Amino acid sequence: MRITCPCCGERSLDEFVYHGDATVRRPDASAPDAMTQFTNYVFIRANPAGAHRELWYHSAGCHAWLVVTRVVATHTIVGVELARDVAARRVHENREVA
Amino acid sequence: MQSYSLFSVLRESLRGHTGWRPTWRDAAPKTAYDIVVIGGGGHGLATAYYLAKKFGEARVAVLEKGWIGGGNVGRNTTIVRSNYMLPGNIPFYEMSMKLWENLEQDINYNAMVSQRGVLNLCHSDAQRDAFARRGNAMRIHGVDAELLDREAVRRMYPFLDFDNGRFPIHGGLLQRRGGTVRHDAVAWGYARAADSHGVDIIQNCEVTGFRIQNGAVTGVETTRGFIASRKVGVAVAGNSSRVMALAGRHMPIESHVLQAFVTEGLKPVIDGVVTFGAGHFYISQSDKGGLVFGGDLDGYNSYAQRGNLPVIEDVCEGGMALMPRLGRVRILRSWGGIMDMSMDGSPIIDRTDIAGLYFNGGWCYGGFKATPASGLCFAHLISRDEPHPLARVYRLDRFTTGHAIDEKGMGPHPNLH
Repeated sequence: MRITCPCCGERSLDEFVYHGDATVRRPDASAPDAMTQFTNYVFIRANPAGAHRELWYHSAGCHAWLVVTRVVATHTIVGVELARDVAARRVHENREVA
Repeated sequence: MQSYSLFSVLRESLRGHTGWRPTWRDAAPKTAYDIVVIGGGGHGLATAYYLAKKFGEARVAVLEKGWIGGGNVGRNTTIVRSNYMLPGNIPFYEMSMKLWENLEQDINYNAMVSQRGVLNLCHSDAQRDAFARRGNAMRIHGVDAELLDREAVRRMYPFLDFDNGRFPIHGGLLQRRGGTVRHDAVAWGYARAADSHGVDIIQNCEVTGFRIQNGAVTGVETTRGFIASRKVGVAVAGNSSRVMALAGRHMPIESHVLQAFVTEGLKPVIDGVVTFGAGHFYISQSDKGGLVFGGDLDGYNSYAQRGNLPVIEDVCEGGMALMPRLGRVRILRSWGGIMDMSMDGSPIIDRTDIAGLYFNGGWCYGGFKATPASGLCFAHLISRDEPHPLARVYRLDRFTTGHAIDEKGMGPHPNLH
């Protein structure tokens, strides 16, 4: 398994640090069900066997945070994006909704 | 059931071994059972055995998607021990240790239980203090533990690298009652014993869904048809999230791959289990002669039963730092198993919010040693609908209530436990 960093190109796995599921979102602390939402956010994971969006940090490279989409059953990487771009897109989409 | 003994071996050797019969029936599924256990691994088979033997349940089935012993019970590094520190863990794992000690007589099967001792090495003063604390916690609970100094370790294993520049050996914590058990024989022995008590072991029968009515389970859909049952136990560690997703539930679990290795067969070189405390490396020698060793998780979610090179390198570096003579040995095989990594590193044996659906999982990479106690406690939970006193802490809701059992103190990061 090698990860193609958008900045550095295809690199060995040992340059990266894994940080888990990239789809969980920090909930609104003022929501009435904040307790349940925070429990789910911290502890509960979908843990799919198919495509999994996950955070990797290129610690021995460009120090970029990446969102990697990987088929967990085969270790096939189907997409790598900068986490910054993913976050920017989400902010943009939220504005459109609002 | 054919009883195994020295006499039966002698008799069969005179008869040209023509009298051995299949060890368990290859049962076809019936339409209904009192209890269905999903997962024909060590834990599922042990659960079925104790359900039938200890709790007198007559209509029990074990459903296995592949074949008996084809999952993690046949992929682990066979180590058993009870050297835990936290109050909820020590009594549970010590019960498991005691069940191992009596297992072969109980199930009339040679599981090659070998109490050859598990030695955890420490490489700094701070680590020795932590080991002293752990050893004391164990002894308070009546578990054997000995804190060894450097010279005592040297007398046991003179070939270790005591004066390693970075990781000199300061001593170790020894549990003499720990050791190894032949992993496949555990699956086969429990399968045979459960079968002899009337349990149907149904192989090549994958669960594809749950039938749930009014918040209660009424049966399971399988590749071999619907099977009705008002009590269903899930013991599929590695695939817990996938199976529980069929019931519409997400779990506090991630699946990770753990690699293991075996070398070419050697003459006896290491007679116990030794773990390296400065990295993550543990080693023992199988009765066949191969050195069996392993280390850390690969560290990313995986359902592929194989890992990657960086962790193989890391494990071998740990081995070389501990035992330089390993450098000339050739690795014969490496493989991976899928671990149910729970959010606090401890297992779950509990009811779910669906009536009649029970869950056993989250064993991280410590499931094998827990097999007998897990089976006994899960059988207790399913049969009586109340938790076994020694497994009360392994609740599913402990993450909500703040009662996590984090032996390693890592927080909710499954890849670090």
